[in-house]
Amino acid sequence: MNDPSAASPGPLPTIPPLVALAMRPLPLLPLQLVLAGVLRRIHRRNPAIFDRLGDHARARFGIKPIDLPFAFVVEARPPRLSVVRDLPRGLDARISASLANLLALLEGRVDGDALMFSRELVVEGDVEAVLALRNAIDDAQLDLAAEASSLFGPLGAPARRAFEAARGRVIGSSGQGGQSR
Amino acid sequence: MQLSLGPVLYNWAPERWRDFYFRIADEAPVDVVSVGEIVCSKRSPFLADHIPAVVERLQNAGKQVLLGSLILVSLRRERRQTDELAAAEGVLVEVNDLTCLRALAGRPHAIGPFVNIYNEASAAFHAARGARRICLPPELPLASVATIAKAVPDITTEVFAFGRVPLAISARCYHARLHKLAKDNCRFVCEKDPDGLLLNTLEQQDFLTINGVQTLSHTCANLLGEAGLLHESNVGSLRLSPQDCDMVVVAKAFRDVLDGRDDADGGNRRLAAAYPGVPFSNGFLWAEPGHVYRQARSGDAQGSAQIGTL
Amino acid sequence: MMELICPAGTPAALKSAIDAGADAIYCGFNDETNARNFPGLNFSRDEMRKSIALAHGRGARVLVAINTFPRASAVDIWHRAVDDAASAGADALILADIGLMDYTARRHPNQRLHVSVQAAAANPDAIAFYAENFGARRVVLPRVLSVPEIAEITRESTCETEVFVFGGLCVMAEGRCSLSSYATGKSPNMQGVCSPPSHVTYEQTMDGTKSSLGGFTINRFAVSEPAGYPTLCKGRFSTSQGAGYIFEDPVSLDATALLKGMRDAGVTALKIEGRQRGRAYVESVVRHFRHALAALESGSEADIASLKPFTEGQASTLGAYRKTWR
Repeated sequence: MNDPSAASPGPLPTIPPLVALAMRPLPLLPLQLVLAGVLRRIHRRNPAIFDRLGDHARARFGIKPIDLPFAFVVEARPPRLSVVRDLPRGLDARISASLANLLALLEGRVDGDALMFSRELVVEGDVEAVLALRNAIDDAQLDLAAEASSLFGPLGAPARRAFEAARGRVIGSSGQGGQSR
Repeated sequence: MQLSLGPVLYNWAPERWRDFYFRIADEAPVDVVSVGEIVCSKRSPFLADHIPAVVERLQNAGKQVLLGSLILVSLRRERRQTDELAAAEGVLVEVNDLTCLRALAGRPHAIGPFVNIYNEASAAFHAARGARRICLPPELPLASVATIAKAVPDITTEVFAFGRVPLAISARCYHARLHKLAKDNCRFVCEKDPDGLLLNTLEQQDFLTINGVQTLSHTCANLLGEAGLLHESNVGSLRLSPQDCDMVVVAKAFRDVLDGRDDADGGNRRLAAAYPGVPFSNGFLWAEPGHVYRQARSGDAQGSAQIGTL
Repeated sequence: MMELICPAGTPAALKSAIDAGADAIYCGFNDETNARNFPGLNFSRDEMRKSIALAHGRGARVLVAINTFPRASAVDIWHRAVDDAASAGADALILADIGLMDYTARRHPNQRLHVSVQAAAANPDAIAFYAENFGARRVVLPRVLSVPEIAEITRESTCETEVFVFGGLCVMAEGRCSLSSYATGKSPNMQGVCSPPSHVTYEQTMDGTKSSLGGFTINRFAVSEPAGYPTLCKGRFSTSQGAGYIFEDPVSLDATALLKGMRDAGVTALKIEGRQRGRAYVESVVRHFRHALAALESGSEADIASLKPFTEGQASTLGAYRKTWR
């Protein structure tokens, strides 16, 4: 039986090094403003999202897309996001993976454990906090395109289409499971 | 406080096994002795011939004898063996798997440390169905031990007080796997390790002990320092699990401390000399990782506080 | 047709499982009463009520796992879990502790009771004990049995049987293992966690990744070598007889190839492990087995390779179902 819905994995694409190099001189502040806006928006629309973090709500997570020349520091309570060139010391946990995998994880389209098994996701520091974060995000059923486009007010619909096109290019049209919801 | 000797868990040569018990009967100050092959049903036939003589010698020496049932029963042959054991007369069966309970049908019996009794409700259930003695699972903390022992005052509550701690049982034989043999054709390679096979981490930390289908700790449980606390907690018996060392010395060390002829420090020195090179542990009792050894002092302030809150 | 029993660690995963074709979902409360007591996982009382209502509305059943062993002096926490699951409309309770089964059978005599795999009922006599004493209707079989042994059990038992077909694989008899608490102080039986993440560290070295649990090195992986969970029984160790995976390689169970054998053996229900996994896992694995069961019905071949990315060490095993090591 050739099951079309069965997992058809294969690693997700990474950003080509040349593109990453070209992004290096970009100023980080605009990106930080946009992403922090997305985070606040997500939090406003899903106020219970970080309840699942429990005791880890105050943890500082460092998130490093391995194919980009910058990284993120994320906190849940209060929701805070900063963009940095290099992750600072003193973080509770660090998570690194390709941007495509990180986005797919955010939307629950790939299985975090599977990425660990294939070594595409690397976790250091407080493993329990990372697990709590993963579970909180997985239950929230985030749709990044919707969250991002809502920032653009009346231009939301075109912005959403643009994001989905960009996501399609980065992640591929489907996640690990091979099916879209 | 009674002392009991658990069954030999390792694969000892039959004559050696018999002579071990003969000497226990003659010399060891233990009140109760549990005998029988409970780890691997393939080993049982070798001991069967010697069991009657061993039981007789122990009983003549005034010891109460328990016959232990297999820990993991899955094959038809193992079920039959367990049924036959349950029918035994003149000795108390020590139940190590619930399979045995059905055949015992409410007759008096003992419960071994491999039956999951974690709370007073489960202990009461077993007590109502004929359990006369319960040896609690080794991973139980003192607070649980005390609650359970007080909830079933009519039966003897026992804790695992000396020996490598049994941690897991499997259908699969790790001695055979390590020697690249099938379980059915294992050539009884486990007999080469009468005190189990040491398992290290990749960084050479001593960690576990392999005994065929069973996995034990590398450390040796030692609750001699907690004997007073356990006594105050209504525990009525301490179990000593046979290791490849002089168990008569071990039993005497415990008996002397219990009877006030020696103190815990003196007893611990004798235990360390009798079983050298193997670190002690008592972490489970203190709700810590099981491998930890917390130096107990008699009248330990923290210990008394814990008892006080029970 | 055999029932498909699927895991859910969150309400969202429960919905994914129903979407993907689950007949029933098993899940637990977000506390120490269930054996997957991981941070951020499981259901509040309110989420449980709503999820059961949602499942029932879509024709799926919900089995609530209350399968740790109640702590002495705190048994009422587990009693409340039983009461709340029953009043939330649970279709069955999955229990491991004898005292708790006794309570449930007396207090909720009409509540369907399943014997958890943690109770380690590995033969017809043990199963009969649970059926006779507590009216247990189904037993989840330990992963130590071969298919012929399972067939023998279903022939001799009045109890229905449920067997694991995919996911994490205990190589030790379940519910009878203290390896985790020996290294960390936390055990599946008491705290509902095995090799808890709070005690796991990953260290990146020049040669790759080193995983440890409670200070004990569990494994070292080269940079591109597939990895597994840092569970003790799947670690790499050394002995005087050689080093390596002494207990079991990092692999997951995948019994897709044995579904026909399971059906012929009289198995009632197939269970997928993985309440700690995410929606992507639940959706893909459930859909895979839904298709495999359909293929079994129509007599066509099931695809057995497609779940590899979800397996530990990127490898699968038939476990004890086919005892190559016997």
